[in-house]
Amino acid sequence: MSSSQAVPATHLREPDPYKLGRAPYHGGSGHGHGEPPGHGAGGPASKRVIVGYGFWIFLLSDIVMFSGFFAAHAVLQDATAGGPSGKDLFDLSRVAIETGLLLASSFTCGMAAVATEARSHLWTQVFLLVTGLLGLGFLIMEAQEFAAMIAEGAGPQRSAFLSSFFAVVGCHGLHVTAGLLWLGTMMAQIFVKGFRPNILRRLLCFNLFWHALDIIWVALFTIVYLIGAGA
Amino acid sequence: MLGKLTWDAIPWDQPIPLVAGATVIFLMLAVIAWVVLKGYLPYLWREWITSVDHKRIGVMYTLLGLVMLVRGFVDAIMMRSQQALAYQAPGYLPPEHYNQIFSAHGTIMIFFGAMPFMIGLMNFVVPLQLGVRDVAFPTLNSTSFWLTATGALLVNISLVVGEFARTGWLPYPPLSELAYSPGVGVDYYVWALQISGVGTLMSGINLVTTILKMRAPGMSYLRMPIYCWTALASNLLIVAAFPILTATLAMLTLDRYLGFHFFTNTAGGNMMMFVNLIWAWGHPEVYILVLPAFGIFSEVISTFSRKPLFGYRSMVMATMFICIVSFTVWLHHFFTMGAGGDVNAAFGIATSIIAVGTGVKVYNWMFTMYGGRIQFTTPMLWSIGFIVTFVIGGMTGVLLAVPPADFQLHNSLFLVAHFHNVIIGGVVFAAFAGLTYWFPKAFGFRLHEGWGKAAFWFSLAGFYLTFMPLYVVGLLGMTRRLQHYDLAQWRPWVLLAGLGVVVTCFGVACQIIQLVVSIRERVELRDEMGDPWNGRSLEWATTSPPPAFNFAVLPDVRGEEPYWEIKRRAIETQQLAAEPEYEAIEMPRNSPTGFITAFFSTLTGFALIWHIWWLVGVGLVAAYCVFVWFAWRDQEEYEIPAEEVAASDRARRRAREAWLRANARVGEPA
Repeated sequence: MSSSQAVPATHLREPDPYKLGRAPYHGGSGHGHGEPPGHGAGGPASKRVIVGYGFWIFLLSDIVMFSGFFAAHAVLQDATAGGPSGKDLFDLSRVAIETGLLLASSFTCGMAAVATEARSHLWTQVFLLVTGLLGLGFLIMEAQEFAAMIAEGAGPQRSAFLSSFFAVVGCHGLHVTAGLLWLGTMMAQIFVKGFRPNILRRLLCFNLFWHALDIIWVALFTIVYLIGAGA
Repeated sequence: MLGKLTWDAIPWDQPIPLVAGATVIFLMLAVIAWVVLKGYLPYLWREWITSVDHKRIGVMYTLLGLVMLVRGFVDAIMMRSQQALAYQAPGYLPPEHYNQIFSAHGTIMIFFGAMPFMIGLMNFVVPLQLGVRDVAFPTLNSTSFWLTATGALLVNISLVVGEFARTGWLPYPPLSELAYSPGVGVDYYVWALQISGVGTLMSGINLVTTILKMRAPGMSYLRMPIYCWTALASNLLIVAAFPILTATLAMLTLDRYLGFHFFTNTAGGNMMMFVNLIWAWGHPEVYILVLPAFGIFSEVISTFSRKPLFGYRSMVMATMFICIVSFTVWLHHFFTMGAGGDVNAAFGIATSIIAVGTGVKVYNWMFTMYGGRIQFTTPMLWSIGFIVTFVIGGMTGVLLAVPPADFQLHNSLFLVAHFHNVIIGGVVFAAFAGLTYWFPKAFGFRLHEGWGKAAFWFSLAGFYLTFMPLYVVGLLGMTRRLQHYDLAQWRPWVLLAGLGVVVTCFGVACQIIQLVVSIRERVELRDEMGDPWNGRSLEWATTSPPPAFNFAVLPDVRGEEPYWEIKRRAIETQQLAAEPEYEAIEMPRNSPTGFITAFFSTLTGFALIWHIWWLVGVGLVAAYCVFVWFAWRDQEEYEIPAEEVAASDRARRRAREAWLRANARVGEPA
């Protein structure tokens, strides 16, 4: 660095006079200022916290994406173009079973987390397997519902209402499918690698993901099916 | 076998894209051949392509942004020259080609020019300013970059294979629906943006987590540099807004591929829903770009005025205010939709209110300069040019925010002039200010000042000469996107704007010359100490370029300008702080995951565009395999031994001690 760019002396000795709204000037050796204000001042968080936190942010973004589909469904709900409406199509008792399967899978997923906390390989795998089977059951029922609707001419091409219905429910279904792939991969990883710190972090994320799918389903069940069948 | 793809997809009869495409392909092959023949390929693979270092990724993002800015600028030259020629004449660009050019220009400039540039600078600077060693998820960061590059590649492939969208940079239905855009143009647009959008979203998640959860000890929120605050706001907006883009484009895709009826004008579809949804993303997007730009100007103005930023807390508040209010103004992009007076009034008022946050910032910058010892370096010139230009653009924006005025000016060149005024004056000027400001940190030598200043003056003059006439001709009633026109009174202004592009060309040339000259004269421009501008925040505490681990020991932050205080203590006591105890550092290992993912997403994207379904399947299966393969690796980190850390840091300390001795007198009162 050339001397022409060197530090001007006066600004080192005097605090800047225009520090409106800034914390008081810290002179001296730098010791004894007390605790820094605000959060997160203790240095970088642990890896577990960072991974969990980042995944939460991802889930929030995913929920924003669903909100786009929900908004579209709210707009297009009555745009049946002379075709069938939710009242004609939705079989609520069937959807109730789907809901039961998914909520039960969330419970078993939670049990798998408890088993992981207790470091029990066997029970973790058992509960993950049950979670996967319940999820698969849910998917099969949803696929049957879609197939039946398409067979009776109420496919997504029929009307804007059906387009948005298939998109929002199908998007959730795709998430469950991805979740099942992930779940299978996790089971294999636990089997091969055991409860390593990185596997535990991934299990944490998987749990968050699976419960988030449940939250979205609750919204789907209410907004798409219950309100749709009643309207 | 190849879906819709045939030899006819290549525009044999159109010389312009064919020659341009051939030139680009030739240049790319030449570069690849040069890299391979010189034996740089292993180095490139090891140190850049598979790198998960936030600094390297930041540099690659910025480079992508620079290249794409030039690519988009070529489109701009073609549009301005076409309009200059097409007075009572067809010009040299047929309508279907001209329409692709203005669509590609907007898409490339926003998504692949401005976005990578801003994200690249954030990637490079934010962890350094926070005093930490990398972002929260380094491999994800690399994947984000390569997915963005995939999107850019797909858009550029459309130049020679098939066509690009003719719908404008936002594909409004029903024009973008299959019935009216049966070609692959809109499909290129949709898949390029979906893939790069995933990259942007992951980048946003990464930086939000980094800023909120990884800061040097003692760095509370209100001790973060203002650039980190603006980066936080920008990335929060990415996380909240980009999923809306994903959903909207997915709906358009379903319409086009599977016959859904979201936005069609039959079967109950609602095309205004697309316009609402896309701008619910699109307006926050404006602030995603400009908030980090504000952060760059804040850093530059404070550094070169030799003063702390005026009104730091009000700056933070204004930033977060803009961050939130940016979600409540989207409807001002289409007051003419017919939502009614009440709705328009609400959005008009919200739009005027959001200008208050920016106004606060402008005053803070002026008061930061007031009474300071201003150095008119290149970054400072860009910043001052920005303040003047952006205020003009802001005021025409407030004018457009008044619904009755907007009804007159909607879709005119006045609007085009307005948003170029704020995006060029705000984002592009910031990109070059930030590039010049942080270049020495990234490469260890400064950029040439003379050529930088020449680039600034040409760009500034070129900007005013191009866009001030467009304001006038917009008020005269000229609408945007005209392929030709017949009105004599528009002609002089259109010619003037064409002249402006010529001047801007000199600016672009100066930028390129600046880069070449600086690399040649890098020895004279060397930054020995790592603090070429007498900076105030932590990135200047480490060497230029920083070691892979950034900081040998995480700095202990005790105030708002941690490095300024460290420096002041060192000068007062005439010695550096005591040597710390060095420990081994764990850093993330390199990974080709990002590159491989991008390779398969390019294949999948291309296959989806051309309906090559088996290739889609291959791409998806491969993507899952890469995921599992990456998840299976056992060694995620490598260790840098304490001796190596110590050696690196001692070299840094020697340079600083030498500087202290050489400048011993400076610390004394004058």
